[in-house]
Amino acid sequence: MTFGRGLRALSIASVVLIAGAFALVFFWAPNDADQGFVQKIFYVHVPLGIVALCGFVAGGVYGIKHLRTGDRAYDLRSYVAIHISLILAVGVLVTGSIWARAAWGQWWVWDEPALVSFLIVFLLYACYQPLRFSIEDPERQARYASVFAIVAGAFTPLNFLAVRMAESLVHPRVLSTTGGSMPGEMRLTFLVSLAGMACLFVTLWKYELASKSASIQLRSLRRRLAGDDGLAPLQRSAAPQQL
Amino acid sequence: MRGTVAALIRKDLQLERRSFESVPAMLMFSISTFVLFHFGLDRGSLAGDLAAGVLWVTLLLAAVLGMNRLFVAEREQGGFDGFLMAPVDRTALFVAKAAVLFGFLVAVEVVAVPAFVILLLQPGIGQALPELLAVLLLADAGIAVVGTLIGALGVQTRARDLIIPLIALPLLVPVVIAAAEATAPLLAAGGADEFPVRWLGVLALYDAVFGLLAYAVFDFLLEE
Repeated sequence: MTFGRGLRALSIASVVLIAGAFALVFFWAPNDADQGFVQKIFYVHVPLGIVALCGFVAGGVYGIKHLRTGDRAYDLRSYVAIHISLILAVGVLVTGSIWARAAWGQWWVWDEPALVSFLIVFLLYACYQPLRFSIEDPERQARYASVFAIVAGAFTPLNFLAVRMAESLVHPRVLSTTGGSMPGEMRLTFLVSLAGMACLFVTLWKYELASKSASIQLRSLRRRLAGDDGLAPLQRSAAPQQL
Repeated sequence: MRGTVAALIRKDLQLERRSFESVPAMLMFSISTFVLFHFGLDRGSLAGDLAAGVLWVTLLLAAVLGMNRLFVAEREQGGFDGFLMAPVDRTALFVAKAAVLFGFLVAVEVVAVPAFVILLLQPGIGQALPELLAVLLLADAGIAVVGTLIGALGVQTRARDLIIPLIALPLLVPVVIAAAEATAPLLAAGGADEFPVRWLGVLALYDAVFGLLAYAVFDFLLEE
């Protein structure tokens, strides 16, 4: 199992794209007429959010593949995608909160659908690791985690629909309405940031996959060398430990 | 399939009739929670969206008690093994358990909703009863479907009582949103306002999506 292929090119691409995006954000994109400089957090906040949500959904898709094929490598992919998305989601909530403070004067605004639905999705996925951790049998852990990933992946869009219907519309709806009227410089900067963030996500995902699968392989080689008794037993873990 | 489902439902109802494990606990919990809300909010009566919120949060938390217990007998007394050995469709277990949880919820609401009206609701329900019943039934269906799936998911974990509410509550947030939004005008002070039908649509959509989804993935929770 080689997860490391293409990592060098991907890493370089992420560095270039992210550096380029920041250069564009700071030196090229115009200040927002309404909100001024603070609006630029948008170039971090929104790509982070989009990439995190896509990562959650990707976790569900790999969950389906795992259940269909029974191949544990898909469970590993699903686990790592959700794990990294969770970390990005913390970033989304923090940057969103900072933006809300600057734009509307409060750290948290309840009548703002995107932030609230994101919080609900985050709370749901925050249970993913505890769920895995509390199932000892590795095969069952993988299966149950996939079921969770599928249900939660389908829940994500439905939740956004329900919350958006319930709340008034304070939040700038970047991709539907205002996105159409974003000036060219802003739009290009946003797209570069989004591409950079997506690239970064894929790079981190592949690094983590390569590292996890390398340690799994290392362990199985050690076992072959020392026999079953020569190794310390596996500790309980939320992460997949066998392929 | 139909015979299997009926047999499983019969088994669960008989168990409940003999042990009284779920419904009385859920009911007592709901009524205690109404009393708690009375003191916590320091209000003699509620109306409108506050009333709808109190009603739905209470019913949801009571439903979590039912979810926690739903598969305990299967797990601890070998019901899963027995069921897996029987030559029947595994989805039957999902359908039966969801129907049982739905039945428990309806049984609880038959007492808890009138209790709520008597204890806390200011305007009374009056003519809005058919709409309220529609909201209750659609929301119960959603809670039953998701509760059965998460109950089966959580019962095999070590921290069952923690995992089930932690996963189920965020998943059920859309149900609370839709049900509370739909109920609020019915409970408005000074007679029912116009009923927002689109929220019934949201509830029905939620039920359909999660019903199909749970139906599709439930088998994987049973394999040994």
